[in-house]
Amino acid sequence: MEKQFQAHIARDEKRPMPPPGEQGLLAALRKNLFATWFDSLLTVVLGLGSVWVAWKLIQWGLVTAVFTGEDRQACLTTDGGPVGACWAFVNAKIGQFIYGRYPLAERWRVDLTLLLLATLALPLAIPRAPFKRLNASLLIGVFPFVALVLLTGGNFDMNVGWIVLLFIAAAFASATLAAGTAGALSGRLKGAYRLALAALVLLLASIILPGSDIRLPIFELPLLSLAALLAALASIGLSVVAARGGLKRSFMPFRVFMPSVFAVALVALLTSDFHLMPVSTNLWGGLMLTLVVALTGIAASLPLGILLALGRRSHMPAVRLLCVIFIEFWRGVPLITVLFMSTFMIPLFLPVGITFNQLLRALIGVALFSAAYMAEVMRGGLQAIPKGQYEGAMAVGLSYWQMMRLVIMPQAIKLVIPGIVNTFIGLFKDTSLVYIIGLADLLGTVRRGFSDPNWITPTTAATGLLFAAFVYWLFCFGMSRYSIFMERRLDTGHRR
Amino acid sequence: MQKLIKTLLGSVVVALAASSVSAATLDDVKNRGALRCGINTGLPGFAFQNDRGEWEGMDIDYCKAVAAAIFDGDAGKVEYTPLSAVQRFPALQNNEIDLLARNTTWTMNRDTALGLNFVGVNYYDGQGFMVRKDLNVTSALQLSGATVCVQSGTTTELNLTDYFRANNMEFNPVVIEAQNDVNSAYEQGRCDVLTTDASGLYASRLELANPDEHVVLPEIISKEPLGPVVRQGDEQWFDIVKWVHFGLLNAEELGVTQDNVEELAANSDNPDIRRLLGSDGTFGEDVGLSNEWMVHAIKAVGNYGEIFDRNIGPDTPLKIQRGINALWTKGGLQYAPPIR
Amino acid sequence: MTVDTESRTGPRERIALLRDPRMRGLIIQIVMIVAILAFADWLVNNTVQNLSRANIASGFGFLSSRAGFDIGQVPIDYTANSTYGRALLVGITNTVIVSLSGIVLATIVGFIIGIGRLSHNYLVRGLSSIYVETFRNIPPLLVILFWYFGVLTVLPLPRNAVGLPFGSYLSNRGLQTPSINFEPAALFTLIAFVAGVAGAIVLGRANRQQHMKTGQQRSLILPNLALILGVPLAVFALTGFPVAVEFPTATRFNLVGGWNVLPEFLALFLALSFYTAAFIAEIVRGGILAVSWGQTEAAYALGLRRAQTLRFVIIPQAFRVIIPPLTSQYLNLTKNSSLGLAVGYPELVAVGSTVLNQTGQSVEVVAIWMVVYLGLSFVTSALMSWFNARMMLLER
Repeated sequence: MEKQFQAHIARDEKRPMPPPGEQGLLAALRKNLFATWFDSLLTVVLGLGSVWVAWKLIQWGLVTAVFTGEDRQACLTTDGGPVGACWAFVNAKIGQFIYGRYPLAERWRVDLTLLLLATLALPLAIPRAPFKRLNASLLIGVFPFVALVLLTGGNFDMNVGWIVLLFIAAAFASATLAAGTAGALSGRLKGAYRLALAALVLLLASIILPGSDIRLPIFELPLLSLAALLAALASIGLSVVAARGGLKRSFMPFRVFMPSVFAVALVALLTSDFHLMPVSTNLWGGLMLTLVVALTGIAASLPLGILLALGRRSHMPAVRLLCVIFIEFWRGVPLITVLFMSTFMIPLFLPVGITFNQLLRALIGVALFSAAYMAEVMRGGLQAIPKGQYEGAMAVGLSYWQMMRLVIMPQAIKLVIPGIVNTFIGLFKDTSLVYIIGLADLLGTVRRGFSDPNWITPTTAATGLLFAAFVYWLFCFGMSRYSIFMERRLDTGHRR
Repeated sequence: MQKLIKTLLGSVVVALAASSVSAATLDDVKNRGALRCGINTGLPGFAFQNDRGEWEGMDIDYCKAVAAAIFDGDAGKVEYTPLSAVQRFPALQNNEIDLLARNTTWTMNRDTALGLNFVGVNYYDGQGFMVRKDLNVTSALQLSGATVCVQSGTTTELNLTDYFRANNMEFNPVVIEAQNDVNSAYEQGRCDVLTTDASGLYASRLELANPDEHVVLPEIISKEPLGPVVRQGDEQWFDIVKWVHFGLLNAEELGVTQDNVEELAANSDNPDIRRLLGSDGTFGEDVGLSNEWMVHAIKAVGNYGEIFDRNIGPDTPLKIQRGINALWTKGGLQYAPPIR
Repeated sequence: MTVDTESRTGPRERIALLRDPRMRGLIIQIVMIVAILAFADWLVNNTVQNLSRANIASGFGFLSSRAGFDIGQVPIDYTANSTYGRALLVGITNTVIVSLSGIVLATIVGFIIGIGRLSHNYLVRGLSSIYVETFRNIPPLLVILFWYFGVLTVLPLPRNAVGLPFGSYLSNRGLQTPSINFEPAALFTLIAFVAGVAGAIVLGRANRQQHMKTGQQRSLILPNLALILGVPLAVFALTGFPVAVEFPTATRFNLVGGWNVLPEFLALFLALSFYTAAFIAEIVRGGILAVSWGQTEAAYALGLRRAQTLRFVIIPQAFRVIIPPLTSQYLNLTKNSSLGLAVGYPELVAVGSTVLNQTGQSVEVVAIWMVVYLGLSFVTSALMSWFNARMMLLER
C-alpha cells in the first residue's frame, strides 16, 4: 500500500494557484472554457465546428427549404441551385403520417380516442392531480374497450362463451372484493368461490361437448353455458350476501356489484351497433398505429411482467426455472426475429381454420417480448423492498397474494415507475420494426411516401426521415424527462 | 389426461377465437360481405394508391371483378391487404386472404409444394434489366462486373444468379426486402442495374425522378407468367376465380365491353355472348353464383383488354404494348376455353 | 384465501394435504408443468398438421440443398452453388463482424462522450449532452436509415470515386482498399511481431517495477514503437517484402480488386456504434459519478493530475459499476445488428429471410435465428463476466 502511494506522490513543490480572477462573466468563461491550453483548443475547435454544423442545418432546414407546394416541382429548383428540406412533402402527407390509410371521414374517431387517452392519462401522470383511483380504473378498465369500439367500429359478434366467461370473471372479482370487506362471512365466500369455479368447469364442458347443447327455443343458449351463467350469477349473489353479513349490517355493498355492472356494460358496449363504419386494421397506420402497438404492448406486458417477476422470485423451483427460461429467452433474441416468428409461426401454431389478423399477431409478439423486459424491471422493484415488509405482512396473517397485492406491489410499483417509463420508451422506439413485417407505422408510412412519384426529389427522403426522427424524439425525450422527474419525486429514501 | 387437455385447449381457442372459417371459401366471403384480396404494397399499373387513397391497377381490377361477380355487381366489397413478397404465400395458406392478386409468378414449386393453385395467367411477363442511359449499355451481356439491385425472396433473385452464371459474368448483388427500397437504392446510385419483371421495371421507371435517364434493356431472361392465386383444396372457389378470368378474356374476344354489356345481355343474338352473359344456360349458378355473374364483373371493370389498356396500356404512363398479352386471335398468347 | 393459522401450531399429521405449503407447492408445480407440456404438445401438433396441409416438409434437410442466390458480402467462401447452411453461416459471420466492430467503436465513442459529459468545459459538456439526448431518443432503425441514405447521397458514383491515400477509393459502392496478400515468408514477420509485443510487455513490467521502487517514470513510447513496429518492419525488409498488393482498378461499372467495404456495412456499423455509444456514455457517466468524490479529492491531494486521477483512481473503480450494464448494451448492439435487413446488409436475419422465403421452412429458420442469437448472447455474457471477475480481483 505504502509503495503505491509513494509512486504517485508528487516530488516537486506545487506552485501556488494564481489568485482568483475578478468575479463575473469573463472569469466564469475563462474557468469553464479556457482553463488550460488544451481546453482552449477544444473550445475553439468544437465551437467553430458546432457553429458550422448549426449554420448548415439552418440553411438546409429553413433558408433554402421549401414549405409549400403541390407536388415535387415545388422542391426542384429551376436554376439548378441547391434545395434544402422539402417540408412541402411532409405538409402534403401529414394526414397519412398520423392516420395511415384510415378513411378521411372517420378520422375524428382517432382524434377522439387520442383526446380520451390524453384526458385520462395526463392527470394520472401529474402527481398533484386528484381522483387518481378513478382515473386509473377508467384508463385500465374502460378506455381500452372504448378505444377498440371507436377505432374498429365495434358491433362485434360476441358468442355465448365470451359473455359467460366475462360473468365468471365478474364472479371471481366480486368474491375478491367481498373478501376485502370487513367482517365478510367466510363460509359464504367459500361458497361463492366454489360456485364461480363450478361455472368455469361448466363453461369448459359446454365448449368441449358441443353435442350436448340443448338450445332453448327463446334464447338460443346452449344448456351447459346457461348453467354456467346461472352458477356465475349465483356466485355473485353469494358474494353480495357475504359482504352484507359483515359487521355493519346496514352497509350496502355496492362495490361488490361493480364487476357485474361492468360486465353488462362491456357486453353492451362491444355488441351494440353505434352505426360506426367498420374500419379494418389493415387501414390503420402512421403515428396512430405506432401508439396502438406501443400502448397495447405496455398494457399487456405489465400484468404478464408482474407475474413473471413473482414467478422468478418464487420458492418453487419449477416455477422459478420456467420463468427464468421464458424471460431470458425473450431477452436474448432480437425483436425482429420475434416479429418474424409471430408473422410466420403463430398461424402454424393455431388449429386449422383459425386466423389472427396481422396486427394482432404483431401485438402478441410485442407483448411477449416486452413482458420479459418488464419482468426484469419489476424484479428490481421487488428486490428493493426490505425483507421486513414481507415478514411483517406474513406476521399479520396475510396470504401470499394478499401480501403481494396489499403490501409489496404498491411499494414496488412506485419504485419502478421510472423503469416502466424507460421500458416504454424502448418499446416505443422498437415499434418502428413492425414496418419490416408489413405494418405501416409512422416510419413505415414515411418510407412508403418516398416512393410516391409525385414527391420524388433528392431531399424528400432526408426530410421525411428527419420529420419522423423529430416525432420519435419528441415522444421519447418527453417521457424520459418525465421519468427523471418521477425518479426525483419518488426518491424518498426507501431504496437501499 | 393429455388428450383431454389437448381437446380442451383446442376447443377453447375454437370457441373464443373471433374468426373461424368453414371449408367453403365462397360461403365465408358471402357471410363476411367482403372479398379479402392480397395485393402488392405498391406497384404502379398493378396495385397502387392514387392521391385519394384508393387502390388502382390491374390486380385491383381482378379483385373487383371477382367481388362484382359474387356480390351481384358490388365491386366495392373488397378488403385489400397489401403484402410483401415474403408475406404473400403464408397469408394465403393461413386463410388471411381469399385471393392473391399480386403479380405472382406461376412456378411448379408454388403450384404443388406450397399448396397453391394458379387460376391462369393474366399477364405474361419476363425478367428484364434497367440501367442508366449514360452508362451506354445496350445489352444485358455487357453487364459483367455490375452491381445489381434486386428484391429478396423472389424468383427474380434466383434467375439473376442463374443468368449471370450461365453467361460467365460477375456481379455484385444488393438484396433488399421491399421493392420501394430497392428502387430508391437504385435511384441513389447504389447499383448500376435494377432487375425485376419487365412490367415492374416500367412501373419502377415511373417512380424515378427522371424516367428519361433510364433505359430498359431488350433481354428478357426468364418466363414470368403472372396470375391470381387461390388456396388448394376448394375446387368451387378455384373454379369461380378461374372462370371470372376466362370470362374477361372471352368478353374481349366477343367484343363485350363495359359500355355495351347491359345492352348485349338484353338483346344479343350471338349464342356465345348469350352464354357468357347468362342469357342462356345456368353457367353462373353452376359455380354457385348468379347467372348474371359476368354481366356484373364486366360492368364493374370491363373486359380484359379494357383492364389492360386502362391500367398499363400504351395510353397510360407505363406505355406497355399488348405484345404477347394480345388475344390469340391477334397473335398473342391470351386464350380462354369457351363457355359452353 | 385466509390461512388457517391454528394448524401451524398443531401437530404435523393434522395438516390437511392441501393446507401443507410444501404439498401445495408441489401440486401447483406439477399442474403447471403438465399444463405447459400439454400446451407445447398442442402447438406442435397443430404445427405438424398445418405443415402437412401446406405440403411443407419439416426438418433441417434443406440446409444441405443448393442455395442458388448470391450474397453481397462473403467473408467465407460462398457461391450460389453452396448450400443454404453455408449461406446461413455467411450470415452468422457477417453478424459477428458488424457486432464486434460496432462494439469496439461504440465503446471508444461512448467513453469519450461519457467523460465529456462530466467535463468542466461548458462546450464539451453541452455537446456531449446534446449527443446523448439525440441518439437515445430516436429508434435505431431510423439512425441506420439516416446513415444509409446519408452515405449514399454524400458519396459519389464509382466513376468519380474520391481517391484516398494508399490507393484506396471511396464511392457509393463503399470503401475500396488495396488488398494485401501475404506470401509464406511473411510468417517470419508475424513471428517478429509477436516477439515484439512480448518484448514490449516485458519492458512495461520492468518499467512498472522501477516506477514502484523509485517513483521515477520513464516514457516507453519510443522503445515500444521500436519493438512493436520496428522489429517486424526490419524482418519484413530482410525477407524481401514477401507481399503482393492488389490495387483496385476502375472497370466500366465498379472498382474491382482489393478489399471492398460495403456501404451497407458502413451504414450499419456507424449507426449501431453511434446509437449504442449514447447509452454507453450514460453508463460511463453513472459509473464515474458512483465513485465517491473523496476519491477524487484524495487523488488531487496526492498531486495526481486530472488525467492521472481518471486513469488510476476513478476508472478502475467505476469499471465495477460499469461492466454489468455495459454487457447488456453489447448484447443490445448485437441484437440490433439484425436491423441490417432494412438496408440489405447480409447478416443472419437478412440471409435467413431469403432462405425462409425460398424454402418456406419458417419454423426451422426462426429456430436457427433464436439459437444463434441466444448463443451469441451467452458467449458475450460469459466473456464479460469473466472480465468482470478479473476486475473484481483488483479490489484490495
